[in-house]
Amino acid sequence: MRTQFESPIVLLGSRLLSPYIMLFGIYVIFHGHYSPGGGFQGGALLASSVILIRLSGGRIVSRLQVREFFTTPLAAIGVIVYFGTGIVSILFGSYFLDYEALPFPGGLDPAALRYYGILVIEIGIGIAVMAILVMIYDHMARGEDYV
Amino acid sequence: MVAFAGLLIYGSLDLPYRGDADNLMHSQRSITDTVVAGNYFIQEAYNDANTPNMVTVVLGDYRSIDTLGEQVVVFTAGLICLLILRRYRPI
Amino acid sequence: MIWEVELILYMFVIVAAIVALEVKDLLTAVVSLTIFSFTMALLFVAMGGIDVGFTEAVVGAGVTGILFIVALYQTTIRTND
Repeated sequence: MRTQFESPIVLLGSRLLSPYIMLFGIYVIFHGHYSPGGGFQGGALLASSVILIRLSGGRIVSRLQVREFFTTPLAAIGVIVYFGTGIVSILFGSYFLDYEALPFPGGLDPAALRYYGILVIEIGIGIAVMAILVMIYDHMARGEDYV
Repeated sequence: MVAFAGLLIYGSLDLPYRGDADNLMHSQRSITDTVVAGNYFIQEAYNDANTPNMVTVVLGDYRSIDTLGEQVVVFTAGLICLLILRRYRPI
Repeated sequence: MIWEVELILYMFVIVAAIVALEVKDLLTAVVSLTIFSFTMALLFVAMGGIDVGFTEAVVGAGVTGILFIVALYQTTIRTND
């Protein structure tokens, strides 16, 4: 975890498997309107694909994929996307998190507006859950005995 | 402990069958003659949000403030892990 | 679902839970807890709650197993009691 493993086969298998898990996570987030899934599940799948590289490759390789510095702002961005959707729907004359009044272009009816509103908050949940799980893993694997 | 397990099993014998259409929670009006909320969600979820999966509609639209609270809880857990397990700088 | 399959799954759940509670090696306990979580996900799917089963399979069998193993590598493998 902290250093690179000696076996290159584990690293090769993880590098082969990780992009497909990430693609399936994005599919689960964006296809959650028609099939089981949603923000939380897709975010956990994205986090597991990132953690797989971190677990097998060590810090040097995983720095190429997602930097450890970026996880905390990404989690805050995910929560702000969710909360900002509610605030925007207040500002355009509706209730909190009621998506009837969101300013999407193109004159949509309220049902289609709710469709896109749900999609926006699912993306927010996915980003936040992915960043938080990766952040917990980073701080747990480094720990206090980091030199 | 065995007696408590026997008591639980005896209590579960009177539960209705799973997925039975005549259950009380699937009826139109409850026993106090008010409208059952889940029935409205099942009937009107597609018309309200244009989405076939009604679990997504319930999580994202009808109960969205609940989902916001859940996300704030997860975010707080991450921040507490950051505060406790953070790398300490040598003084 | 066929009730014999559900009975076999319930027996798996009980055996995995007892093994995870009673074993001395903590790595075995983590693996047994993963088996418990995945079997519970199969039972949720059999009962019709597909979203709950999906969440249980991803979080319970994937992420928490990794976090437990990371915590084990920082402490001791064997338990004291």
